Amino acid sequence: MIQTIIDYYPYYLSTLLMAIGIWGMVGKHNLMKKLIGMNIFQTAIILFFISTSVKFGATVPTYDPELGVTNPALYVNPLPHVLMLTAIVVMVATNGVALALLLLIYRRYHSIDEREISRMMKEDS
Amino acid sequence: MNQLPVLIPVSLLLFSFIVFLAGLLRKNLTFPLTVLGVLASFVFSILGLVQVLRYGTQHYYIGGWVPPIGIEYVLDHLSAFMAVIVTFIGLISVVYSRRSFLQEVPERIVPLYALVLLLLAGLTGIIVSGDLFNLFVFLEIASLTAYALIAVGGKKAPIAAFRYAILGTLGACFYLLGVGFIYFATGSLNMADVAHILPEVSDANTIIAAVALIVIGIGLKMALFPLHVWLPDAYTYAPSAVTALIAPIMTKVGAYVLIRMLLSVFSPDYLTDALPVTVIIGWLGAIGVMVASVMAIAQRDFRRMLAYSSVAQIGYIALGIGMANPLGLIGALLHILNHAFMKGCLFQVAGGIRYRTGLWEISRFAGLGRRMPWTMGAFTVAALSMIGIPPTCGFFSKWYLVLGGVDAGNWVFVAVIVFSSLLNAVYFFRVLERVYLSPPSGDASVEQAKEPPKLMLSPTLILGAGIMILGLASIVIVNNVLEPAVSWAF
Repeated sequence: MIQTIIDYYPYYLSTLLMAIGIWGMVGKHNLMKKLIGMNIFQTAIILFFISTSVKFGATVPTYDPELGVTNPALYVNPLPHVLMLTAIVVMVATNGVALALLLLIYRRYHSIDEREISRMMKEDS
Repeated sequence: MNQLPVLIPVSLLLFSFIVFLAGLLRKNLTFPLTVLGVLASFVFSILGLVQVLRYGTQHYYIGGWVPPIGIEYVLDHLSAFMAVIVTFIGLISVVYSRRSFLQEVPERIVPLYALVLLLLAGLTGIIVSGDLFNLFVFLEIASLTAYALIAVGGKKAPIAAFRYAILGTLGACFYLLGVGFIYFATGSLNMADVAHILPEVSDANTIIAAVALIVIGIGLKMALFPLHVWLPDAYTYAPSAVTALIAPIMTKVGAYVLIRMLLSVFSPDYLTDALPVTVIIGWLGAIGVMVASVMAIAQRDFRRMLAYSSVAQIGYIALGIGMANPLGLIGALLHILNHAFMKGCLFQVAGGIRYRTGLWEISRFAGLGRRMPWTMGAFTVAALSMIGIPPTCGFFSKWYLVLGGVDAGNWVFVAVIVFSSLLNAVYFFRVLERVYLSPPSGDASVEQAKEPPKLMLSPTLILGAGIMILGLASIVIVNNVLEPAVSWAF
């Protein structure tokens, strides 16, 4: 039991972060908190990807016969890092768009509370 | 090596950039350049389809790196078929959008057209990509531009767009997590390579989790019931021309990703043993068809009624996927094509009515049939097709879906398809009755209405005529394109 936790703690942590993120996105009424929940969820995925490629005592994946490039146990898989760099760019863009939308919403309704906005939307129609 | 697979999205990406720069100098250049860009992509798609039909699947390796190391773009029967649909509807909608944008959002023409091209680039990128992670990036390009385009609409549009952004990002993250699971289990991101390695993977639980995550993620993107909650608001409050562009193709591309995943990446036999995912999708589709059709009957807003009808039509496609046999899948793919034409035509009619009268409540449409005969003629054809009356194309996709249901021995699905057609008839005949038979209410905006300008009317009429032509040509499409597209999966 304890050994499992020690072996797999990054996975438990990122799962916990994902749960917190989803709770923020679904359960919170404040739109800004929803956005923060989305951020936490995205970060958890990044951590999950990166933690899978961790190897103790391994080195960078450059072509160098001395480091034993033929032995995969001796180098860190660079692909998850590269994928996550792209994913981070995507997430930055998502956050930018979401923040711009939030600004528009605040200028039109002077509130970022979902219940209050829903009430105002009903009054409009 | 063939360049066509990569030219389809790249010409759109390039023109998105050119349009923005040229638009800063001369605003008048925006529209012709946009049409040119989409036209180029459409021509490449047609050429791609011809080549696929003649020589088989076309591959392009980015930077010359051969997969599984490099990223591969693939044009096979399925993706060439989808690329032609997306670029054709894109072309028609861009032509349609000019007058509508000029009326609704005149000061934002330049960035809007750059975004439209970027959206189409994202959608075609999803279609041609043969790499799981590359697909995620294109999925987010398409989604982000869709959020921005929707938010340009009326007062409530930013809220609809924000809700869509939150749920859409959740969907994309689920998809990314699923791709991560696949990568850690197989060590590859290339779709063909993953499909090759998967049967040898011993740890089935990881793959089951990956399938579940990807299906939920894509379900959010394609608005599969009950993950459709973002859709009605987004389609209702977006600018008319944006809805006419997004509604016919965006959710369909989500359905395409689902079909691609379930057929090309995870083989059907492998799935049914471990996790009956197609069965779940089929039943969600069946429930979605019924619930969304009933919701559509309850709507007073024309655009919102069409939006709920979109959710129902996605349900048909999910039904076809859920049958997991060639006939059902042909029905689903044919319905992707037919529904793109029908919903494009219907939303263009809604935009045309709004352009001339500013109305969207169905109850105030009385007398429009006399004032706008051509627009309403196109609406009638599309409505009959949605109900499924031959020889319109809607009949043929439902016919294949029914055949698939009979073949699968699932009589509930057959009953759902037949009964939901009656529900479709209820909500479309309600509008037709109001438009043609109700006495004119003397509403000033209706009395002064006339046909929308030619640039808006002709795309609507082309789609209306296309509905009839597709109905007559459906056997040709099925025999030549769709049967090879599904044959190797079973």
